[in-house]
Amino acid sequence: MGTESMSAGAKVTAKDFRLYYGDFLALKGLNVDFPDKSITAIIGPSGCGKSTFLRSINRMNDLIEGVRVAGEIVYQGTNIYDPSVDLMWLRSRVGMVFQRPVAFPLSIYDNVACAPRVQGVRKRSELDEIVERSLRGVGLWDDVKDDLKKSALGLSLGNQQKLCIARAISTNPDVILLDEPASALDPIATLVLEDLMWKLREDYCLVIVTHNMQQAARASDYTVFMLGGEVVETGPTRQVFTNPRDPRTERYITGKLV
Amino acid sequence: MNRKEKFAEVVLTVVGLTSVAVLALIIFFIFREGAPFFAEVGLGSFIGGTKWSPGKGQFGVLPMIAGSFFVTLGALVIGVPLGLGCALYLSEFAPKRTAAILKPLIEILAGIPSVVFGFIGLTVIVPLIRDRLGGPGFSVLASALVLGIMILPTMVSISYDALRAVPQVYREGMLAVGANRWQAVTSVVLPAARSGILAAGILSMGRAVGETMAVIMVAGNATIIPGSVLDPVRTLTSNIALEMGYAAGLHRQALFATGVVLFVIIGALNIVARSFVRNRVR
Repeated sequence: MGTESMSAGAKVTAKDFRLYYGDFLALKGLNVDFPDKSITAIIGPSGCGKSTFLRSINRMNDLIEGVRVAGEIVYQGTNIYDPSVDLMWLRSRVGMVFQRPVAFPLSIYDNVACAPRVQGVRKRSELDEIVERSLRGVGLWDDVKDDLKKSALGLSLGNQQKLCIARAISTNPDVILLDEPASALDPIATLVLEDLMWKLREDYCLVIVTHNMQQAARASDYTVFMLGGEVVETGPTRQVFTNPRDPRTERYITGKLV
Repeated sequence: MNRKEKFAEVVLTVVGLTSVAVLALIIFFIFREGAPFFAEVGLGSFIGGTKWSPGKGQFGVLPMIAGSFFVTLGALVIGVPLGLGCALYLSEFAPKRTAAILKPLIEILAGIPSVVFGFIGLTVIVPLIRDRLGGPGFSVLASALVLGIMILPTMVSISYDALRAVPQVYREGMLAVGANRWQAVTSVVLPAARSGILAAGILSMGRAVGETMAVIMVAGNATIIPGSVLDPVRTLTSNIALEMGYAAGLHRQALFATGVVLFVIIGALNIVARSFVRNRVR
């Protein structure tokens, strides 16, 4: 694998990744490894580009007019921005969970089943199995198994967010991107969500964007600190939080203005 | 200041009540004029009767009920898919600028007088049907085609609003699991906009049932229950408009009774439409 040997165990690697909104350079050449079976937190002040970076990993930024990219984001040995990459394949393998729970105004069952249906799964028995497996995977099955036909909008926000994670894992991804997944949740639902993330960590590469320093400190293995479209520092979370190499990181995590 | 405000309140209340009073008066007069007819002829032989010849004292309105039904159904079969498809294109697929130009153009359709639609139907559609498909040309099909186009503005703009009201995050949420835009539309956007689209269909139906002028010009207006889409047909509204000019006595009352039937149908449609719109707001 040559140069990739240094990033062994990395599920996703950004290589000199740049992103422009029109003429504005929003991401200024990022080099980051996201290791498998671990949680990487991306932290940084508002506008630093952390959500933009996260959304680049399953190409959700493609939807925005005027966005151009350069450099590479490598997943499974392929630059995901290569023209030959099938977006449906990419997004089924790299799932995404949004800031506010995106529970569709459909039944709980259909909120999960819509994802495998898009992949072409039609058989009822197969869909039933995927729905059950996905809901079990997020610890929601026992709560909702008798209410699968009911509207998902009746669930609490915390459970709606779990439902969205269930939808994300229903397509058998191995990377899950979470964009401030707890920002709409109360403290208890937040802790429940973090517990779930620790569980998912055994099977997936998780990347979470968060504003919440405590959350990054207690719920991640690695931390990436971004500032003004650049990566300032990356490393094991404990090291970044207790012994940061860059003074800007130290100022940010101690709550001072950068 | 306070007295001024009181004055404004009183004036506005009176103005508001006036429009309600007009509605009440319309209902009152239609029913007052129509009621004696029901007493004399009977509801059953009016609604169930298949012969309409006022000269012989035969007042069966069933052919017109059937006529309104078939013409409206035909208009919906043509206008609803076309209108919904158009709304889907404008809302989900068209570039923003295209939508900004096309939508007002479609709404202009609503401002064209119905007699113009009827005229185009008369000079283009009727001869086309006569030459290509046979029959007199004045037909259920001609009426349905004209009405199908006339309901487009209603269908398009209300469905469009319903589709636009679907939160953008629903679309993104589907795209994020690998759906293409069409899949996002069918699996989430359409179900989420369902009640608004249904309301659009029902309001379009109301428009089709009520339209008179354009239909008179292309329907042929024979008082028979049509056996095929190429047969001429007469609707409830046409029946009133065509004969009111010379009707007297029982005949005149029969036309008001036709109005009662029409009123009940449209009232029911409105109640159904409102309940859908209310569900959507919740």
